[in-house]
Amino acid sequence: MSKLIVSPSPHIHSKDSTRSLMRDVVIALIPAVICSVVFYGWQELLVLGVSVASCVLLEWAITKYMLKQPSTIGDLSAVITGILLALNVPYTTPWWVIVIGAVVAIGVAKMTFGGLGQNIWNPALVGRVFLLVSFPTYMTTWSAPKGLFGADAVTGATPLGAIQEGLMSGASVEELTSAYNYRDLLFANLGGSAGEVCALALLAGFVYLCCRKVIKPWITLSIFATVALTSLIFWGIDPSRFTDPVFNLLTGGLVLGACFMATDYVTSPMSLWGGVVFGVGIGFLTMMIRYFGSYPEGVSFAILLMNSVVPLLNMWFKQKKFGRK
Amino acid sequence: MSKRTFSIGGVHPHDSKISRDCAIQALPIAPTVYISVAQHIGAPSVPVVAVGDKVKVGQVVAEPGGFVSAYIHSSVSGTVKSIAPRADLAGRMSTHIEIAVEGDEWLESIDRSDTLVTEIPEDGKAIIEKIRQGGIVGLGGATFPTHVKLSPPPGSKCERVIINGCECEPYLTSDFRTLLEKGEQVVVGAAILRKVMGNVPCTIAIEENKPEAIAHIREVIARLGFEGIEVMVMKMMYPQGGEKQLIDAVMHRQVGSGALPISVGAVVQNVATALAVYDAVQKNKPIIDNSVTVTGECFPRQANLLVRVGTPLQYIIDYLGGIPADAAKVISGGPMMGRAVANLQAATVKGTGALLFLTEKQTRRAPETSCIRCGKCADACPMGLEPFLLNKLSKAQDWDACEQNAAQDCIECGCCLYSCPAHIPLLDNIRVGKGAALNAIRARAAAAKAAAEAAKK
Repeated sequence: MSKLIVSPSPHIHSKDSTRSLMRDVVIALIPAVICSVVFYGWQELLVLGVSVASCVLLEWAITKYMLKQPSTIGDLSAVITGILLALNVPYTTPWWVIVIGAVVAIGVAKMTFGGLGQNIWNPALVGRVFLLVSFPTYMTTWSAPKGLFGADAVTGATPLGAIQEGLMSGASVEELTSAYNYRDLLFANLGGSAGEVCALALLAGFVYLCCRKVIKPWITLSIFATVALTSLIFWGIDPSRFTDPVFNLLTGGLVLGACFMATDYVTSPMSLWGGVVFGVGIGFLTMMIRYFGSYPEGVSFAILLMNSVVPLLNMWFKQKKFGRK
Repeated sequence: MSKRTFSIGGVHPHDSKISRDCAIQALPIAPTVYISVAQHIGAPSVPVVAVGDKVKVGQVVAEPGGFVSAYIHSSVSGTVKSIAPRADLAGRMSTHIEIAVEGDEWLESIDRSDTLVTEIPEDGKAIIEKIRQGGIVGLGGATFPTHVKLSPPPGSKCERVIINGCECEPYLTSDFRTLLEKGEQVVVGAAILRKVMGNVPCTIAIEENKPEAIAHIREVIARLGFEGIEVMVMKMMYPQGGEKQLIDAVMHRQVGSGALPISVGAVVQNVATALAVYDAVQKNKPIIDNSVTVTGECFPRQANLLVRVGTPLQYIIDYLGGIPADAAKVISGGPMMGRAVANLQAATVKGTGALLFLTEKQTRRAPETSCIRCGKCADACPMGLEPFLLNKLSKAQDWDACEQNAAQDCIECGCCLYSCPAHIPLLDNIRVGKGAALNAIRARAAAAKAAAEAAKK
């Protein structure tokens, strides 16, 4: 002993670090990743690889050559953006489209604002929505799962897309939803982007994150509750025009969005009640877009819209200060 | 009964009470002690001895320098060698009385026997005077003179005395050992305190991780037959022993910003203070020693020592075998709120409760990264503040905004910095904003007072 460290208290720190929290999110996504690879085959693996690699490489290149700052890829947040982007596109998406998505997600939505912690919108969702409006053909032609070693893909529409098309041609919701059963939705047997295929795998990841105290369940639960309640009301009024609650909960990436996108630290409110209002807003907007909008799917837009008001929610909903009114 | 806790925030550091089984043993008296005249909050005391004077254990060596101040007694017998500035543990200079030890001769008025005196004097004023004469200050960390706390301002009324036995800081075990080994004295001390405050009920609050102490104190209360004293089991949660948090947990009342506990009818005293009150009132023994936990995973000889006030830290460490090679930080107090020691020649003061050794691995701060707005700091803050915001406002030197966002309410418990995954030095920065906000509030109060006086004339 020759020298003593002198610094202000506290002298110990919890084991949490940004990296460890992000690593937990990656771990929580593993069941969904395995599911999607099993159901969609090697092409999905390619999508995941391209997406994660381009997100991480882009962030590294931008910090090194444009910002000239130490690299931030060690915090693993770019890996998560990559996985989420991959889970948000169909497995048939060409690799160059995914790279464009990564450029928008990391380059525009994240690093332009100053990197991790500074962005207003969820990067993966911005990338996804950009691709949705720029390359609608690739993004809306979904293929039914063919399995890891399956035969050729059967091309079709997602359940929500099929229903919207059907409604336009005059069919009733009962006829259209009779094609799907809930067990298929829960255990992944329907067309959709990779992350939509297995609700149970996603929910397992969500439970893991809650148990590890990485996220709090309020945002996710209030989204589920609002979607269920809103669709229950509309479905109760006219079951031939509006889809039922269980169908709405299990389709269109709602589980993925509610569990992994809406709960992103950076773009969600901090307080309990802020989070509940945020979740209710996402749930309600999602249902309004699904029922009355021109897109069959509303979760991405709903989350991005609510991301925009997070600073306000943080200002309005604060923890009551000790001993103050 | 369900376990109580405070209503906002808090963290769960590992409790690391590795010295919990070490009985309190008396440290041999050092050859020379250095007694500081600034051992308490408030005005420094004024030395009343001169170089060359012979002093005995318990003899007054410094008198209060103001209303909020305390008597200081010699902890040893011997000759006053010097009265001069000396560096304290942070390296700051303050006046110390150096005494060369000769034997161990106590004042005759001090009852050194082990007999338990349960008969409590009738006169409250006389009790408070004895507490004042005993130089008793809050030993939970703040070292606020106890007799001031026991003399509530006119118009306020005490409704409950709380004895703080939470010891919520990791590693610390001296209060736990005191409860186990001096439980009777602590209970009598509690009985004295509740009597002084007007026979109000008294709660001894102990955290759930000390079941032996809880059982022992309950047994002692029943055996001695004291009325109006109860044990309350608290949840293990940091900072359960924070004064405002403890009142919230025990009485469900929140002390307002800038207000004193008495404003909600509470008086909180630490376990060690209750023992000191017993010693002063029943045994005529002023504070001349206190128990100090010496601990740390890297420290081979864990101990709870009874240390004479003014003992150099180096002497304690040498007695226990010296500083381990891998110790990188020595902390006076607990790991959450204790102060890093810069000077091992510094002497203990009344409020010294622990010496903790941490390795570089345990204590090194990771480099700061970007805030990810996770809100963990706001969840952890027991005062309901927004540390991430106060951090930014302090760095921007926006002192008005710091005050509006209640930086002055910060209790510096360290929960925010402890829990921040981005390792942002939140509390370091908030302390600056808190200081500025407090200065602004004091300046306004002083200006208002001056204006009121000018208007009178």
